[in-house]
Amino acid sequence: MKPAPFGYERPRDLPAALSLLAEANGASKIIAGGQSLGPMLNLRLVQPELVVDITGLAELKQAERRGDELVLGACITHADIEDGRTPDVTRGAMRGVAANIAYRAVRNRGTIGGSLSHADPAADWVSAFAAFGARLTLRSLAGARTVAMEDFILGALESILRPGEIVETIHVPARPASAHWGYVKSCRKTGEFAHALGAVMIDPSAATARVVMGAIDTTPIVISDAAELFGGRIAGDYKERFDVRVADALLAKAGIGNPADRHIHVSVLRRAVREAAA
Amino acid sequence: MRNERDFSSAPGAGAGQGVGARLSRKEDDRLMRGRGQFVADIRLAGLQDVAFVRSPLAHARISGIHVPERYRGKVFTAADLIGVKPIRAVSALPGFKISEQPVLASGKVRQVGELVAMCVAPTRAEAEDIAASVTLDLEELPAVYDMLKAREPGAALVHEHWGDNVFLETNYEVDISTALDAPIKVTREISTARQCMSPLEGRGVVATFDHRLDQLTLYSAAQMPHVTRSGLAKCLGMEEGRIRLISPDVGGGFGHKGILLPEEVCLSWLTMRCGHPVRWTEDRREHLTASSNCREHHYKITVYANSDGRLRGIDCEATVDSGAYSSYPFSACLEAAQVASILPGPYLMPAYRCRTFSVATNKCPILPYRGVARTGVCFALELMLDLVAAEAGLEPGEVRLRNLIRPEQMPFDNITKKHFDSGDYPEAMRRALATIDVDAVRARQRKREADGRRIGVGVSIYCEQAAHGTSVYAGWGIPMVPGHEQASARLTPDGGLELRVGVHSHGQGMETTLAQVAHEMLGIDVANVRIILGDTAMTPYSTGTWGSRSMVMAGGAVATACRELGERARRIGAKLLQHDPAAVVLQSGEVRGVNGSVTLKEIAYTWYRRPQDLPADVDPGGLEVTSGYKPQRDSGTFSYAAHAAVVAVDPDLGEVEILDYVVVEDGGVLVNPMVVDGQIYGGLAQGIGTALYEEMPFDASGQPLATTLADYLLPGPTEVPAARLDHMETPSPYTQFGVKGIGEGGAIAPPAAIANAVNDALRPLGVEMMQSPITPHRIVEAVLAARDAERTAA
Repeated sequence: MKPAPFGYERPRDLPAALSLLAEANGASKIIAGGQSLGPMLNLRLVQPELVVDITGLAELKQAERRGDELVLGACITHADIEDGRTPDVTRGAMRGVAANIAYRAVRNRGTIGGSLSHADPAADWVSAFAAFGARLTLRSLAGARTVAMEDFILGALESILRPGEIVETIHVPARPASAHWGYVKSCRKTGEFAHALGAVMIDPSAATARVVMGAIDTTPIVISDAAELFGGRIAGDYKERFDVRVADALLAKAGIGNPADRHIHVSVLRRAVREAAA
Repeated sequence: MRNERDFSSAPGAGAGQGVGARLSRKEDDRLMRGRGQFVADIRLAGLQDVAFVRSPLAHARISGIHVPERYRGKVFTAADLIGVKPIRAVSALPGFKISEQPVLASGKVRQVGELVAMCVAPTRAEAEDIAASVTLDLEELPAVYDMLKAREPGAALVHEHWGDNVFLETNYEVDISTALDAPIKVTREISTARQCMSPLEGRGVVATFDHRLDQLTLYSAAQMPHVTRSGLAKCLGMEEGRIRLISPDVGGGFGHKGILLPEEVCLSWLTMRCGHPVRWTEDRREHLTASSNCREHHYKITVYANSDGRLRGIDCEATVDSGAYSSYPFSACLEAAQVASILPGPYLMPAYRCRTFSVATNKCPILPYRGVARTGVCFALELMLDLVAAEAGLEPGEVRLRNLIRPEQMPFDNITKKHFDSGDYPEAMRRALATIDVDAVRARQRKREADGRRIGVGVSIYCEQAAHGTSVYAGWGIPMVPGHEQASARLTPDGGLELRVGVHSHGQGMETTLAQVAHEMLGIDVANVRIILGDTAMTPYSTGTWGSRSMVMAGGAVATACRELGERARRIGAKLLQHDPAAVVLQSGEVRGVNGSVTLKEIAYTWYRRPQDLPADVDPGGLEVTSGYKPQRDSGTFSYAAHAAVVAVDPDLGEVEILDYVVVEDGGVLVNPMVVDGQIYGGLAQGIGTALYEEMPFDASGQPLATTLADYLLPGPTEVPAARLDHMETPSPYTQFGVKGIGEGGAIAPPAAIANAVNDALRPLGVEMMQSPITPHRIVEAVLAARDAERTAA
């Protein structure tokens, strides 16, 4: 279990990194924390010609509040968030998510940009950022573009990232004081990837709700206007109005054929809703 | 400054250092500081690494192996291994069909991961590059992946010339017809998943040839070095004396490391061919997919009982997926055939029948894993007893108390002629029931949980036949039959003690516990006792460490050798004290008489350095003794334990949390109770893995699906509860000190206790889990099925 031979570069700034990626023309992989790429290299599931190590890029380690949103560099680690070394606009929600990702050793090295780029549908940030309504800035030599989190992932380990493009920053909108947050996942054991994940951001006073059912085989189900899950309207009694049949139908539509799997996903989501209402 | 090596100050060392002392483990000084030396730590000049080309298919004919021109001389296939014989592990049981496991496949591959070619390079990464460049022409054959379908006529054949896929079928029957009219009759199918043993350290081999000694030296993570050497010599066609096998520190064995590997044969051949040392270190993917498989059982079982819960008989058909080949030395039938003899466990019953099938499939050979067949047997029988209890309207504990062998019956020969040496099984069960507090759990169940979870309590009990010897294994007729166990004891000129034993220690703490035995006999400080293990050139022959035998057998041998050594020392001491030998005693490391005392150190000094002071009739054997030992009866010691678990089950998510866990264990006299506690905790963790997490699934083409530890789940610290342990100590009447083997027991009972607790929790929902592991998905599936059934009925 050793990687196939590959070249290695550790550029000092983002333009240099983007140039290397452009030159490699898709035959490269970016490494930051290496928590997913490391094993994949060792298993020879990926055999890039070049590995570009972006841990030397200071600009990707920035975290700052800009107006109503938090801008996180892609190389911020889960532990940075867990330990409160980054500003917070989610009233503790992000910190709670970070603290339950895998194991501490993984959180120490693993980065948010790496996790998103890896595009594992069972990963926490993929679902949590979608529920927050976060956007990503992607950059290549050709320039930058900004996309909504839910539009970034196309399927398991598949994203819209083009050759030569990198996740640069994540923009997390501030959570209104009136917004409730619920986040529940079911894992076979502590630290393992979830097999069901529910994330909800519900603001009864604004009558809005963003709901995510994650850790399915494909792109997480993101319902940005989730009124249908609550009998057509979102109000203070949303906990009582949560309709498991609608959630079940959404899962079935997403191709989850096994009733037990659907039952677990729906149950997890119902608990996330209850947690939000608590 | 505190002396790092001061073990006598260990907490609880109040009982001194001998038998019964809770001494900290001597070996932990190096192991906990990262100074252990494992196979992968060995560096030899000129060492090159090996990677194997393995079969990607479960069943296929090999029509071509293509090696790129640039790698000629770096890649070796079956065609190169002229004179190397396949691994054969034959059982003398009537009807056993023989398999030949080629060390490199030729003609056909019969499992995913089977070795096809070996590639050698200066580093493992380069060797893997070479392996990746080798291409195979394979004609895929239908894979035999389901042991029950494999028994059906018309199934594809793993070994064509057999005509079917059954290594061995056995049948055992006692008066089963008398049970058929019992008022309670419960029939179920029960199964346990295929698992991987997963020691922290995988297998590993370094091979080199010493021309001065004309000897192949193999460093291998092996728990039975002498037996492995015998198998290796046979495959290589070499005299055993031309092979030295050194097994250094070993990071967990559990049975996996008792098996002769084709890799060991390959590396041995390769170093002689290439003229430089070679190394292969098993990686986790190899471990999971190509080796170390165990535990896959299926039971079709009927239990007959009277309406008061008393057993009338058991009728069982057990099938074990033995995989593609018979592994050396335990063979492909140890597991299944043993089921028939151990299924009745510690229970009384007048009638019994068991048919067993050891079935060949296109999977890895099944290997004996801690508890061997017992974990599956305990799972099957204990789940059935809970159903009997439900039918009889009794508490599960009560049904067991009514059927367990009673202490006044000891020693007792059960229905399969197993000779129970001693013990009080009902007492163990009563203590477990009281400690877990079944009444309190029942009260809590009536109140229901605020979080919607369901609480359940489960118990299980087993017996562990340990250190079973010649009379038992002669009947199996496998390549290994244990006889007397030897130990060598030598006093050094400065009064230290060296002990050489042929068993091995791979986590059991024998460098400490055998030193405690020596201390008990000679009074020498355990810090001055060195235990030499794991080297065929340095230790007496032994079948090694397996079957929970080491403390009984090697402990007995050490005691015997030390007793003889002590007697010789006593006679020399008497001369030095100018006493009649009859008037002196050996006590606390010195020979004492009315004139005073002389230490073993002084006696050793005299023997080696001042022989002129020795008595004229001194034993010329001196202060070095090799002696052998066997218990008075070699049918095995019977240790046992009652386990009890309380769980909370979430019926919507299928999650199981273990809230409380109790073990009441009787291992006879315990040499070091702390080490025994460690064994129980470790076994419990593995048992929890069997119960809830570990499973190697296969698809219909015979592909193993859990290829990394992300898919093959092992319990971690957060999944293993702080169990409460209680020891009973009923001495074995047949062994030195009354010890019994306990190494495997911890892993036997947890799956049954946990499954019973889960079923107790879910019984009101009409749910019954009869398959390990009990996963969230399986629970939810069963809950939904029960709901549907209820709806249909309504």
